[in-house]
Amino acid sequence: MTDYPADSILVVLEATPTGELATSAAGLLATASQIGTPVALAVTAPGQAQSLAEQAAALGADRVLAVETASTQSELTIPHVDALAAAAATVAPEAVLVSNSIDGRDIAGRFAARTGAPIAVDAIGVSRDDEGVVVRHSVYGGAYNVDSAATFGPIVVTVRQGAVDARAEARPVVLETLEVTASGAASATIESVEAVTETSSRPELRGAKRVVSGGRGLGSAEKFALVEELADALGAAIGASRAAVDAGYIPATAQVGQTGVSVSPQLYVALGISGAIQHRAGMQTAKNIVAVNKDPDAPIFEVADFGVVGDVFTVVPQLISALAERKR
Amino acid sequence: MKIVVLVKEVPDTYGERKLDLETGLADRAASEAVLDEISERALEVALAHADAHDDVEVVAMSMAPESAATTIRKGLAMGAASAVHIADPGLAAADLGLTARTLAAAIRRTGFDLVITGNLSTDGSGGVIPAMLAELLEVPNATALSSVEISDGSVSGTRNVEGGTMRVSAPLPAVISITEALPDARFPNFKGIMAAKKKPFETLSAADLGIEPEDLSVAMSIMTAIAEKPPRSAGVKITDEGDGGTRIAEFLIENRLV
Repeated sequence: MTDYPADSILVVLEATPTGELATSAAGLLATASQIGTPVALAVTAPGQAQSLAEQAAALGADRVLAVETASTQSELTIPHVDALAAAAATVAPEAVLVSNSIDGRDIAGRFAARTGAPIAVDAIGVSRDDEGVVVRHSVYGGAYNVDSAATFGPIVVTVRQGAVDARAEARPVVLETLEVTASGAASATIESVEAVTETSSRPELRGAKRVVSGGRGLGSAEKFALVEELADALGAAIGASRAAVDAGYIPATAQVGQTGVSVSPQLYVALGISGAIQHRAGMQTAKNIVAVNKDPDAPIFEVADFGVVGDVFTVVPQLISALAERKR
Repeated sequence: MKIVVLVKEVPDTYGERKLDLETGLADRAASEAVLDEISERALEVALAHADAHDDVEVVAMSMAPESAATTIRKGLAMGAASAVHIADPGLAAADLGLTARTLAAAIRRTGFDLVITGNLSTDGSGGVIPAMLAELLEVPNATALSSVEISDGSVSGTRNVEGGTMRVSAPLPAVISITEALPDARFPNFKGIMAAKKKPFETLSAADLGIEPEDLSVAMSIMTAIAEKPPRSAGVKITDEGDGGTRIAEFLIENRLV
């Protein structure tokens, strides 16, 4: 197999527990297409590769290498790493792109350690210069832009979810089966998987175009409903500060910031959030920030494009009715 | 059972963190250095298990500049039996590959049944070291655990992955990483702080571990450029005089955000 383009970029596809292509795939394939020919790798349970390949081709995969194995359901990480090692040996890619998700980081880390490939993590983009692939990072909560590159050889890159807005053009489905010899590396056993069924029609926090977040200023879990009301009026995802999570107003999955989810939406609305540096680190790259807080000295106002010093319980209902008025 | 807990000194996120624009390295003088909170939680998992089992030895391990020794000692004050500090100026700009190889060599030297790390440090937020270590040590990885049960021959737990919740288990030896869903760490008490002074504290160089930091035949990831983003300037700030909500709506409409 020597017919892979010299500028092949290997993209590891991730599937959800129900066999759907993970939402990160669109950004990964678009990123790969900016610097070369995206060759995707699908490691799936038996019978799922065709569907995944079709979804990936629609998002710009030039071809899809498929490995169908029952071991993905019982063994953690290793089946994917074995498949990735086989794919890399076949394709000889210039770079390997993996989602910076929990499983993606494990696959990328193991693969890099196994093959001695350099690894660059949490990238927000890639480009090319005369010497090859350059990886762009945003570090310390967006305070610095850093570029990195491999001294030689293909670089393994984990790409931050939601960091890439671009989308590649659909291509015809080309599916190739890849033969993999299991490495026999010791693996953890997957005992059970419970798929979380999305009951909300709201957008997912990661990658959302608009986010409305609430903080301790909401005062109680019941009153946190105000955040949901505004989110629904704006078609936004719901976020929260750590203080609101610690106070039990909302589950930890909604936490925005240093130790939670990093978001970069078009619009970020912070309600009753003081804006501790850990929170700002996770949202200050938002294009537009609106803040409402009682405390005129709250640090959130230092980064807000439009700040209102006032009571969220009078300002926000007025905002919601003004938005409703406009729709009429 | 020997549990090695990897701990990391990081710049305190409550202060302003800086990178040196000449070297690209963390400017350690710019902010207070603290033990990363996720490292403390990882230690707590190990110490809680040691509290309930007599034969459990907890080792705190870190690869960090010499100046981090005081921070690593906090692990001893919390209750770790010994500490291993890999301090070598040659490792100052180590990439993830060199870091993983060095830590793996130290872990192998110390011996282990279980390695516990945090899932992501607050400074680098890399999150790949646990899997890299598992590969190099030839043991299973069970990462991002939000609950952990350790038994004589195995470790198991829950991980929240994209679209679902997963139960995993692995035979020991193994490498696990934990998330901040696990409990806060204990505070070192006076007795612990005094006892820490007498506990074994080993300092190792790269050469002690058979690691050659400047081996250019090994592919590396290097920083090629660094730039500081201009701080975000504050925009309009008004005090609500009964029209705050309307003014926000106007701002959103003007900027085509609705």
